[in-house]
Amino acid sequence: MVTTYSGNGRSESTGDESGRYRVKLGVENLSIHYGSATALENVSLDIRENEIFGIIGPANAGKSSFLKAINRMDMFNPEMKVDGRIKFNGKDISRIRNVYSLRRRIGVVFPLPVGLPLSVYDNVALAPRLGGQKDRTELDVIVERCLRRAALWDEVKDRLNSLGSLLSGGQQQRLTIARALSQDPELLMLDEFSIAVDPVTTMRIEDVLKELKNEITIILVTNLVQQARRLADRTAFFLEGKCLDVGITEDLFTGEVSDQRTRDYVEGRFG
Amino acid sequence: MFEASQINRRNLAWQKVFRFMLGAMTASLILPVALILGTLVIKGTPVISFDFLFTSPTNGMTEGGIFPALLGTILLVLVALLASVPLGVAAAIYLSEYAPNNWFTRTINLAIINLAGVPSIVHALAGLGAFVLFFRFGTSILAASLTLAVMALPVVIVATRESLQSVPLAFREACWNMGATRWQTIRRIVLPNAVTGILTGVILEVSRVAGETAPIMFTGAVFFLPFLPSSVFDQTMALSLHLFVVSTQVPNMPEAVPYGVALVLIGLVLLMNSASIALRMYLRGKKKW
Repeated sequence: MVTTYSGNGRSESTGDESGRYRVKLGVENLSIHYGSATALENVSLDIRENEIFGIIGPANAGKSSFLKAINRMDMFNPEMKVDGRIKFNGKDISRIRNVYSLRRRIGVVFPLPVGLPLSVYDNVALAPRLGGQKDRTELDVIVERCLRRAALWDEVKDRLNSLGSLLSGGQQQRLTIARALSQDPELLMLDEFSIAVDPVTTMRIEDVLKELKNEITIILVTNLVQQARRLADRTAFFLEGKCLDVGITEDLFTGEVSDQRTRDYVEGRFG
Repeated sequence: MFEASQINRRNLAWQKVFRFMLGAMTASLILPVALILGTLVIKGTPVISFDFLFTSPTNGMTEGGIFPALLGTILLVLVALLASVPLGVAAAIYLSEYAPNNWFTRTINLAIINLAGVPSIVHALAGLGAFVLFFRFGTSILAASLTLAVMALPVVIVATRESLQSVPLAFREACWNMGATRWQTIRRIVLPNAVTGILTGVILEVSRVAGETAPIMFTGAVFFLPFLPSSVFDQTMALSLHLFVVSTQVPNMPEAVPYGVALVLIGLVLLMNSASIALRMYLRGKKKW
């Protein structure tokens, strides 16, 4: 499905765009409410295949809620109400009846590493097992591949059977990434993954992401503006539940923005 | 520069007072336990022997052993566990993991709390009406155990629910995000980490059930039985009732016998508990976060 539909109708700066790209995730008029509180209001944007899409913005901007809506996590929270449309590979996700298969195609990494109380091996093998994979040699291959891609293999290959929750914070976060990759996702969503990770590990993970971009699409929610600048092809700026700007990342930093508040934020004047 | 000011000194003085008071209260708690156990061990030990444990009572129960009662209590507890643990754990899983927060769930929670508050003699009469008469189990091990099971359900449900709730939500969310269903999440992540708490509930249940007298008096336990039960539809003797009988109902009872029976009852509960405590420690050593 090739489309040149441009997100919110606003003309995006052209720069290095070929004009033809596949839309991985199309978001139209997305609003999210928790009871009477509004978390996200009327957001429309497109996320393209094989790009790293950055989302920046201060706390309470609706960034995490945005990710939750994409993964249909509203199913587990009766308070959360999602309006508008999200299309994954062109399919309206609110009409997908087997939401489990949708979630399996989307890997999620949380701000704080969640090492499940399982061994390192079982942490990574969990998603394939949930999908019905029982073959031990097959699992071995998946576990090694994912740990390697998450730049963790060398550190844990001798203790695959020790508890994942006993690893250091940075290792656990890479374990979480390995776990997300074990789903063989088409889309990887990272929610402020570097919050509990040291700078060196952060750099290693960033390198991993740059490589992964060749195979999958990545949404990178971050409150480190410079991280978005380093990694993201395009970036959206969220503020108080609204998407104020979407565009080529570099344009946001060189001042080609449609909203003054975006410039103020990326230049560190607030937030 | 580190001298204590007036207010520092006063805080320290109060800290000492409270520390002493709280410690003294804790120590006073140990007193009754030590007293009971001490008395039982001292006065009961002399009658404990192989014959006491493994033969039937003779001569109007003043001689012989307590084997039918010992076996009866073990059977009653086991059948009660078989009935109440699966049911209680299932209910707790539903309440903790699935139930929406609505009036129906709140009603069930209220019912559970109320069930815990029902006096055991009322459970006894309810069991008599329900299991003995309505379901026609007669006065039998089955009827008595089911009565005990109903009585112990709230303990199992509450303990299981608490231990399920103590598994962090983040674990569940991580699993859901991977495309796991609620049940897959429960089976692979939540339950394995809640098992120790569930076993705590079982331990509490064993302790409570083994010692109960009223609920089994009308429903399955009897004063004296010349033979051992051969199925769950037979009546049985039980340690708790036997203790009541030898303490109050039989003339010319040697003084040491009731102490011996009580000691065996407590010992049995401790033994059953220690099995699940050992299992719990084994599991706790394996799982950690």
